[in-house]
Order: sequence, then structure tokens, then C-alpha cells
Amino acid sequence: MARGISDKVVILGMGCSRFGERWDSGPEDLMLEAFQECITDAGIERDQLEAAWLGVFYDEQSVSKSALPLSMALRLPNIPVTRVENLCATGTEALRGAAYAVAAGACDFALAMGVEKLKDTGFGGLPERTKGTFEDLWQPGFTPPGAFAQLAAAYAARHGIPMDRLKRAMAHVSVKSHANAVAAEKAHLRKAITEQQVLDAPMIAYPLGTFDCCGVSDGAACAIVTTPEKARELGRRDAVAIKAMQLVPSNGVELSHSSWDGAHTPTTREAARRAYAEAGVRDPRREISLMEVHDCFSITELVLMEDLGMSDSGKAPDDILDGRYDRDGRTPCQTDGGLKCFGHPVGASGLRMAYEVYTQLSGRAGVRQLASPSLGLTHNLGGIPNRNVASVSILGLLGL
Amino acid sequence: MAGISSLGCYLPRLRLSRQTITEAMGWLGQGNSRAKGEIATCNWDEDSLTMGVEAARIALSALPHAELDALTFASTTAPFADHANGVVLATALGLDASLRVSDAGGSQRAGTSALAAALAGADGGRASLVVAADQRLGKPGSPQELQYGHGATAAVTGTGHGLAEYLGAEHLAADFVDHYRESSALFDYVLEERWAREAGWNPLVGRAVGRLLGRLGVQAAEIDKVVLACPAATARGVLKATGLRGEALVSDRSMEFGDTGCGHPLLMLAGALEDAKRDERVLVIGFGQGADAILLRATGERQAVSFGLQEALATRREETHYTRFLAHQGLLPVEFGMRAERDNRTAQTVAWRKHEVVTGFTGGRCRSCNALQFPLSRVCVAPDCRETDTQEPVRLAELPASIKTFTEDWLAYSARPPLVYGNVLFEAGGNVFMEFTDFAPGEAAVGRPVRFMFRIKDVDSRRGFRRYFWKAAPGLGA
Repeated sequence: MARGISDKVVILGMGCSRFGERWDSGPEDLMLEAFQECITDAGIERDQLEAAWLGVFYDEQSVSKSALPLSMALRLPNIPVTRVENLCATGTEALRGAAYAVAAGACDFALAMGVEKLKDTGFGGLPERTKGTFEDLWQPGFTPPGAFAQLAAAYAARHGIPMDRLKRAMAHVSVKSHANAVAAEKAHLRKAITEQQVLDAPMIAYPLGTFDCCGVSDGAACAIVTTPEKARELGRRDAVAIKAMQLVPSNGVELSHSSWDGAHTPTTREAARRAYAEAGVRDPRREISLMEVHDCFSITELVLMEDLGMSDSGKAPDDILDGRYDRDGRTPCQTDGGLKCFGHPVGASGLRMAYEVYTQLSGRAGVRQLASPSLGLTHNLGGIPNRNVASVSILGLLGL
Repeated sequence: MAGISSLGCYLPRLRLSRQTITEAMGWLGQGNSRAKGEIATCNWDEDSLTMGVEAARIALSALPHAELDALTFASTTAPFADHANGVVLATALGLDASLRVSDAGGSQRAGTSALAAALAGADGGRASLVVAADQRLGKPGSPQELQYGHGATAAVTGTGHGLAEYLGAEHLAADFVDHYRESSALFDYVLEERWAREAGWNPLVGRAVGRLLGRLGVQAAEIDKVVLACPAATARGVLKATGLRGEALVSDRSMEFGDTGCGHPLLMLAGALEDAKRDERVLVIGFGQGADAILLRATGERQAVSFGLQEALATRREETHYTRFLAHQGLLPVEFGMRAERDNRTAQTVAWRKHEVVTGFTGGRCRSCNALQFPLSRVCVAPDCRETDTQEPVRLAELPASIKTFTEDWLAYSARPPLVYGNVLFEAGGNVFMEFTDFAPGEAAVGRPVRFMFRIKDVDSRRGFRRYFWKAAPGLGA
């Protein structure tokens, strides 16, 4: 098997717009906001960029398809731009494209941009969209909370955990993320909440209430990647390198085969296994310093703790309630508030996660700064439990 | 010997009490005296076609190896004027494409006329499925609103031993208009009941019955059961005019579920045959621009069989909101929010390519690894198999299954919130992610058995189309 891209690609700079209901900004404004921070951080000129990847999910709501939205918004120097889309893993997919181009030696400086403008629909929640001409004929007219709520029903049944205890653990997930977001200046939702508020909130899709669901936000995030050599030439010390990037799509098992129990995400398990191997991580519970996972809903984060190998099967509720994933716990999760509170502009989320890990590893997280983190994990779960695209990436200091 | 080999009855699970209607509409001063009992009413995702499929499934369940030659779908409220409803029904039932399929309608006599035609053709050895269903709407505040229920009945006719032997039929065509509904209209225009009774039912039914009994040499007093789908006063008049015995009158069950339209005589026939003794003579009357009179002799072989009626009565659930009933029938514009604006245009090219998979609910069983799967596809989904072109089509609608995961979604658009959906696990293996129907909030649970029902999946109001798929409903006895 190939050795992967571990330590072959360095993140030279990153940027992230403020997330939220950005009534004042269109996608081109959000991209520019993230890019200005990123290019300054990278310390290169715009004309030094040789290729770019643009991640957008809802082209009907954000920007149109193709290379043009990014090329035109940033007035790029007519370099190739590849527009990618892989559900909620879209931002990570853009970064993967740019990283692979640098690792392949095709270019020295590549840009990965993720953006989403969701608040142009006129209603709350994510936009309605077709699931495909065949799928629309038979699949339920689900919403994301309803599709992910399925995990809760199955998890409670599979592990014999009473729903009220599961709901308490799910509530802790949200309370923790809200507490973390208070210190994240660019986050969408920055108010601390209580467990009781979560439990008392209106039902969205049983058993998920309002506070079990992540924010629907506008935003953009981006990264400029280069080779370790170029980073050194530019005088970059303690550079943050990509240790692993793995992407695992479903192939139909969760949708059609009875082997899936409905209580976990097999794609995440496989992506984690491959990512740990690529990064040389043997004991993730000891080696991973922080995680930014796809907490689109509280139950998703809970289930992911097991799928990423951080909790034993059936024990995630206990570990969560014990504070293992709190800011001061063994493996802090969502130190910037996660999708839950920082927000979830779909195409930007994977890059926003990388932005937080990059910021923490660079020691520039301010009041959110963790003590000497060395490896950070990001995870996306695009789609729904029945059919999804999981990505697991690991970032760490170059050479460590 | 031509006759009826099997019957199936279906009523929607929802019942609206007449009290609920008059509480809402009684201010008009009409119909208070009738405010007893209840009517069966379609859920938002039911129509004549879906009810017809369910009735047919019940009728066919008693004859798993029936080889049908013809299918007639009779309805005055068929969803499509030009798109063969009977063919949708045949596809949903997984029947052979060589079947002769026809739609019938035109009057409340459509059900009995279709049954008589099938019985008359049965002597030639032809087996037929006759399905009669109606979802008639009563204008709010009208007597019909209190009277009309929704339901379907199916009959399998053929030769050989069955439920009832066919003795003969007579027909009378007469353009007597006691009510009518223009093709594009929602509601019937109904004239005075006393006139309909005295100038219509009594003489016209009387002539048809008189001709039939005379030809067969049967005395009116020898008729043991009479099926007359009409108000009680009308029935009394007909009995008097024809000399039929009062005690022979079969209950029209209108207190329990209302008058279910052109299938109602067949539904009453099912009720009559549930407890008919051997050799009892059963007279079935149909009325509408004339009359049908069909005489049958019960074999008594299927005594105490319910034909689905007992289940339909046992699983009833009260519709507590009159306004929700109106909304489901399309009679009350309701703000469902912007999510309801989703475009449900059907790609007919895909619908045709996948009609057996979707309408027929066809999965595949892999010849190589035996894994059952939905949808049927070219490459096996089993992780250890993934062989290509190894799947045999399997009809999934009748397979036992239970809930693996579920939610009640208050955010998603549903004409009857919450939208309930989830993963359903087949006992024989395989998983399907689908909508549920007829579940009340709190009724779904992991592990609960379900049965599959043919329902409206989406309505495309912009283009006047509706598409169908199967949904998981609470299992009987679960």
C-alpha cells in the first residue's frame, strides 16, 4: 500500500470568516473575508498561487457551479480551479484536492476554499433539495435532524440505554459546545446554555430538540498549502503538517443490507482506521490532543466517539457525562464550539475544523489555547447515516 | 360453476365521528339529526387507488396461486382520468403484464356492473379481479358529508368452489338522475331523497329484480339476503315494491363507516357472506342510471371469515380534528410552510425504468450469497459478495418486517405532522429506509412489527400528478 501523504504537505496559512446569519454578505464577500486572513497568514502573494479547489455544497443557494465563483471573487491569476462537492465533507474534499496536488509535485502553492451561503432561503433549517430522480420516488422526504435522529432510536435499543439517560448525555454534548463557543469570536452561537434548557427545548425530530441541532450558518474558510521545503524557505518554524486525509463513502450497505445496526457509522470507523494508519497513530486515545468532529446533531457526536475509537462500544454516554470530551477533559472535542455553535456552512465546515486545529497547534488560539497539543483530528460525515461520506484528517506539527 | 372465490375489504384507519362534523358545521342547521356513528376517511396519502390495492391484497391473500385473466378497477373517484388506474393497481400487486386491465366508472353502479360482467365471463373459465373503491367528498355542511365514507372492496371471480355460486344477473339502463357530478367537479349535486326513492329505486330496482327472479324461477320470499346500499327508508320501499323479506336486508354498516360508494354493495356482500349458510340465496343490487341485480348462492364454505372487515374495524383510530380531515381531502388551504414548496416533479423516464422496483416494491435476492436487498440493483450489496447480475426479483410487500430505527420529524413537510420514517428490517434480511404511515405520535418503537401499504408518496400539485410507493404501517396485532 502507498505510504500516503503524511508530512508531505504543510499548511502555510489559513483564514476563516465570521460564521452566522450574514445578511450583509454574499458568498463572494465571505470568501474574500477568509482569503484576506489566509494570504496574510501564509506570507505569499496571490499571484504565487498555482491552483485552487473550491468546495460548495448547495450550488442552488450559494454560488453557481464551476471554477468561476472562486476565480472571480478573488480575481485569481487565471489559475486552474476545481470545484468539488462531497456533501458535508465538501470543505475537507477541497483541502484534500489541494494537498494531493502539492504532494504530487504538481504545484508548490495551492488554495483550498470552502464556502456556503445558506441564509438566502427565507426559512430556517437547511434548504430542501432533490435526492436524485430515482431516490425521490421512494426515499422519505426526510430532514437532516430526522435522518440523524434514527441513530438515537437505534443506539438506545442496541445498548439498552433508557432514552432519558441518552438524552442527558446528548444534552451534555451541546452544553459543552456552547460553553466552548463563548470564547470563539467568529462563532455563530456564543451563549452558554444549561442541560435543562436542552431537555426542555421544543422537539424537532424525536428525540432531538432544538439544542440538539447545529446552527445553519453562512461562512467561508480556506487554507494555503505547500511543501515542507517551501515552508522552510519561507522561514516557517513549527509548521503544521497534514498527517493523514482519508475519505470513505458508503457503498450501499447502510441503505440496503441488514448487517448495519443503525447505531453507528461504519464509514467513520473505516476512515479512522485508515487515517490512524496513515498518520502512524497507534493509540488515538493517548495521542490525539483535540478533535473537531461532525457534530451536526448531539447524537452524531455521541456515536462518533465510539466510531473514532475514543470510547468503548456502548460507553460514549458515560464518557461524555464524565467530561472526557470537555475542554478540560482527556480529549477536548469542539474547542471552538463545533458545527453546533461555531456554525455549519456546509462547504466551509471541513476547513473550519482544520482552522481550529491549525490555530491550536500553532499556539495562537488565545483564551481557547490548549496546553501543548501535538495532534488534532477533524472528521466530517456528509449525507445521512443511511448513506454518507466520512472523512478523517489528522494534522500535527511537521516532523513530530 | 362460476362464482366468487374470494373477497377483500379495506377501510382507511381514520374515522371521523358525525358528532365532530356537526360540532363544526351544525351552525348551518343541517344534518344534526344524523349526528350518530362515524365515517371512514382517507389519510392524506390514501385515495381510491391505494384503498383498492389494499382490498385486492386481502382478496388475493386467500388465493396465493390465482391465475387471473382480467382486472377491472371500478371507481367514480379514480385519481386519473387518463392514466390507467387499473394498471397502477396491477403493477402494485405484481400481477402479470398480460392481464386484461380496464377502468370502470360512470355511476354508483360501477362496482356491481363490473362484478356482474366478471361473473358472466367466468363460465368461459376466466378468472377476474374486480376492485371497486371510492373516496367521495361531501361539501362541508352537506348531508353527503355525513353520509359518505371511504373504502374499497375486491372480489375474485372464476370457476370452481368458492364463496358463492353465480346464478344470474339482470341489468336496466335508465337515465334517472337522483344525483350527478360533472367530470371536473368535487361534489355531487343531490336531489330530493323521497323522489329518488319513489320514482327511481322502487320502480327501477323492482323491474330488474322482477325480471331476474322471473327468469330464474325464484320467489322473492326465497331470497335469504338482500344487499341494498341506500338509506334505510329507501331500502324499506324497495323491499315493499319487490316483495323481498324485511329480515333478508343486509346491514349497510353506515353507522360504522358510512356509504363507501360504488364498492359499497360488494362490501355489504362481504358482510353477508361472512355468516351466510350453505345454499342461502343472496341478491346484490346496484343502483345508478338504472339498476343491476345479481343473484348468488352461498357455498357456506368460508363462514366466519372476515375478508378484512374485522381488522379494518379493529384498527380504527379517531380523527379528532375536523379541519385536518378537510385539509386531507384538499378542502381547506393550510399553510404548511416553505418546505411544502419542494418541487415533486416526477422524472417519468425513471419511473418507467423502475416501475417494478417502486410501484411493485421489488427487491432482489442474490443467487450467490442469498442476501435480500432493496432496491433491486445489478451489483449485490452484501459486503462479502458484491457479485454482478446475480439478483432474482423478490416482491417485498408481503414479507414480515419490523422497525430498526425511526423518528417523528416535526420539521419535515407532512400533510399530517409529524413525518414518521425510518429503517425497516425484513425478517428475511435486507433493509429499507422509508416513510411510515398511520402511526400516531408515540406509536412507533424499535422492534415493532410493521406491514407494508401502498400509499401516495408525493403530490405534484403544479403538474397534477401524484406518485405512489409503499410505506410501513403498524403491523396487525402489534
